[in-house]
Amino acid sequence: MSSRQNPEPMTIEEGCKLIDAAVTKLTRIIEGKPEPPFASHEYIGNYTIVYNMCIQKPPYDLSGQLYEKYGAIFQDYDKDTILPSIMEKHDEYMLRELSRWSDINKIMVRWLSHFFYYLDRYYIARSGNSSLTVVGMTCFRDHVYEKVHFNVKQVVIALIHKEREGQQIDRALLKNVLDLFVQNGMGNMERYEKDFEDFFLTETNSYYSRKASRWIQEDSCPEYMIKAEESLKKEKERVSHYLHSDTEPKLLKNVQTNLLVLVAKQLLEKENSGCSALLRDDKTDDLSRMYRLYHEIPEGLEPVAVAFRLHVTAEGNSLIKQAEDAATSGIVEEQVLVRKIIDLHDKYMAYVTDCFQNHTLFHKALKEAFEIFCNKKVAGSSSAEMLATFCDNLFKKAANDKSNDDSTIESTIDNVVKLLDYISDKDLFAEFYRKKLARRLLFGRFSDDHERSILTKLKGQFGGQFTSKMEGMVTDMQLGKDQQTGFEEYFKNTNTGKPKGVDFTVTVLTTGFWPSYKTSDLNLPLEMVNCIESFKAHYEIKTKHRRLMWIYSLGNCNLTGRFDAKPIELIVSTYQAAVLCAFNNTERLTYQELIDQLNLGHEDLVRVLHSLSCAKYKFLKKEPASKTISKTDSFEFNSKFTDKMRRIKVPLPPVDDRKKVVEDVDKDRRYAIDASLVRIMKSRKVLPHQQLVSECVEQLSRMFKPDIKMIKKRIEDLISRDYLERDTENPSTFKYVA
Amino acid sequence: MDRIDHLFNQYANTSSNLIDPEGIEELCSNLEVPHTDIRILMLAWKMKAEKQGYFTQEEWRRGLKALRADTLSKLKKALPELEKEVRRQSNFADFYAYAFRYCLTEEKQKSIDIETICQLLDIVMGSTFRAQVDYFVEYLKIQNDYKVINMDQWMGFYRFCNEISFPEMTEYNPELAWPLVLDSFVEWISEKQA
Repeated sequence: MSSRQNPEPMTIEEGCKLIDAAVTKLTRIIEGKPEPPFASHEYIGNYTIVYNMCIQKPPYDLSGQLYEKYGAIFQDYDKDTILPSIMEKHDEYMLRELSRWSDINKIMVRWLSHFFYYLDRYYIARSGNSSLTVVGMTCFRDHVYEKVHFNVKQVVIALIHKEREGQQIDRALLKNVLDLFVQNGMGNMERYEKDFEDFFLTETNSYYSRKASRWIQEDSCPEYMIKAEESLKKEKERVSHYLHSDTEPKLLKNVQTNLLVLVAKQLLEKENSGCSALLRDDKTDDLSRMYRLYHEIPEGLEPVAVAFRLHVTAEGNSLIKQAEDAATSGIVEEQVLVRKIIDLHDKYMAYVTDCFQNHTLFHKALKEAFEIFCNKKVAGSSSAEMLATFCDNLFKKAANDKSNDDSTIESTIDNVVKLLDYISDKDLFAEFYRKKLARRLLFGRFSDDHERSILTKLKGQFGGQFTSKMEGMVTDMQLGKDQQTGFEEYFKNTNTGKPKGVDFTVTVLTTGFWPSYKTSDLNLPLEMVNCIESFKAHYEIKTKHRRLMWIYSLGNCNLTGRFDAKPIELIVSTYQAAVLCAFNNTERLTYQELIDQLNLGHEDLVRVLHSLSCAKYKFLKKEPASKTISKTDSFEFNSKFTDKMRRIKVPLPPVDDRKKVVEDVDKDRRYAIDASLVRIMKSRKVLPHQQLVSECVEQLSRMFKPDIKMIKKRIEDLISRDYLERDTENPSTFKYVA
Repeated sequence: MDRIDHLFNQYANTSSNLIDPEGIEELCSNLEVPHTDIRILMLAWKMKAEKQGYFTQEEWRRGLKALRADTLSKLKKALPELEKEVRRQSNFADFYAYAFRYCLTEEKQKSIDIETICQLLDIVMGSTFRAQVDYFVEYLKIQNDYKVINMDQWMGFYRFCNEISFPEMTEYNPELAWPLVLDSFVEWISEKQA
């Protein structure tokens, strides 16, 4: 670099002349006018001018003035050239001008800061003034941006409106312009927000408010939702195309509020197309959309969940009613009903997982709905009983029909367990199930796999205590098989008077697992007595200290009836067999004679005689031949009986023990409530009445819903038994009596 | 003390040295108070008498000394004051509970049969809560759930009379800690009124 060793220092005026010339050239170039570019010596020369003026000895060190000059250049340029050009134009053209001049300004700043670079290094560093770049940009802001931003904003918003109405606009231009707003904030978003965003949001607000009012009147709910979804999508795209990302959350909230929140009630409750209608018509797509739209809005899903719950409840209730209406003479078709409820559950669970994305609110709504109608009685049968009967039929059929696909049985079992969850009287179910399980096991109509499978699943869901007795029963059957082999071995080895020609199987039940059965002092035919005695002897050898209680009411017998025409094998219960065998020795017996001989109770004998003389197969002739048994009847072996079958099964209809089951469960509940109350009071020592009741209900809710009156009664009972006492000072509080 | 003892001996059974039911009856006629009057019960309360129908010498002394009566006429005059004292809010609950215990004749007895309860209610509460007593007695006689009433239920009725307006019973809430027999009673009345 050559510095001029001029005896005369350059004055500011001289320097400015040279600088102005350079600036003029520069502006011509960057404005696109025909002008040859700077040659490198010119470039260096410009820099040198500044440099020399700065290093001159005082009072000719012109740094400060040069700094001023620099600022002035920009000011003049902004005011005289840039601003007028922009102000001349309108609409989109104005935007383009602005964009163009902004770019030009940037280039100018770059070039001039190179020329004036020496200032940046020393003068500015020493004096703490703003850098050359900042000066250049600030000038633009103050003299151009501040003057035009208002109009520019108007144009931008107008263009956005155009685009919203479906027309194409120059997105890149908008992006540039809005970038300018951001840049002119000089490091923060204030300019963008105050000069543009606020207005934009206000405009957006009224735009969507108008749209919402119109659409909500004209469109059906699904149509509206599609438009809403579309609008949100478009606005999101808008952000990515030209708005600043900060605007997105504010914008979307604005649109949601107008399109979804303010009209929520009207929209969801629209007749014939709102939430309930969509549920009714299985419009899963529309429901999914509804979920997507309302899921981000706080408490937006609540009304949808309510509609869902009401709908499912109504569907369930109508199934119940159908079953009630169809129940002729008090017999419910529980197979049909339970299947329908299972299907209903599958259907709406799919809604919860698919349409409603597994949201807890909808799981809860489904649960509440099912809890309402699953606890209704149908023609006097509780849901607990119906479910138990359903299982009974399912397993009996499956045991017979081996072709049945195991996986469908398994999935039905899963469904049963799910339904049981909704039923509040779970203990009642357990008791009915146990009774029916006993019959299945004892009459050989079961599959070990299926029985164990459901018990495992019930245990998993409701705890070991729920299934322990039933598991014991199934195990007893398993052990029974082994025992029987042992019994038969015993005969082979000891040959102690095996009853002649009578095959005999005994199943030993563990008391406590099985339902309680009453024993009877039935007088067995001699052949059977021998069998009993020999088993007793065998059992005593194996196990001392155990008492066998014989339950003849559960046994069954294969007899050969030697009728005149042909012998027929009869499969009957032990009671029926005893009655029939009585006729081995005499042709004719009166009712009274039978009572005396067999020592059966009246109720039982009537049932048995009815099944043998008044039902489908008349093995005995009854005199008089009426339809019912009376104590004055007499009976004769019907040797003329015949049938095309060689084997006849004569079922003895089981006694309706529904009442007994309910009684037993009530008794158990009283104990359970007592135990729960004592447990609570033992740990809390003092507790007010209402809290005691609610804790007790809570503790027992896994098994049943206790009746408040029953709890009160149990509390009083515990008071009179001195477990609890009423606080003398505060009679609504109880104290534990140690 | 002598005069009190002297008075005692006038009514006591010489062999047992207790005033027995016969003696009490005589005392009542001398006091010109019916045998089943509440004031006799109040007197028993004042004496802290333990066994129904009998007064021991100690109990007699205790009671008359507290009443400052050593003659029959003084005892007679003391009765209105005694009644006032017992009816005071602070004492009546205690007296009410005492009345129940007084009727427990057997050793381990905890409840009293319905008929006796009805009579007792009439005596103890009849003058102050006539309506409630009449209705409750009627209810107890026709219902089948309860054959006896225990102390907790007995005290419950007292609280009921004091806290619940009758016959509106608007404040009554069966979900609170009222004894079940009262819940049923209130239900019965509501059905009757319907």
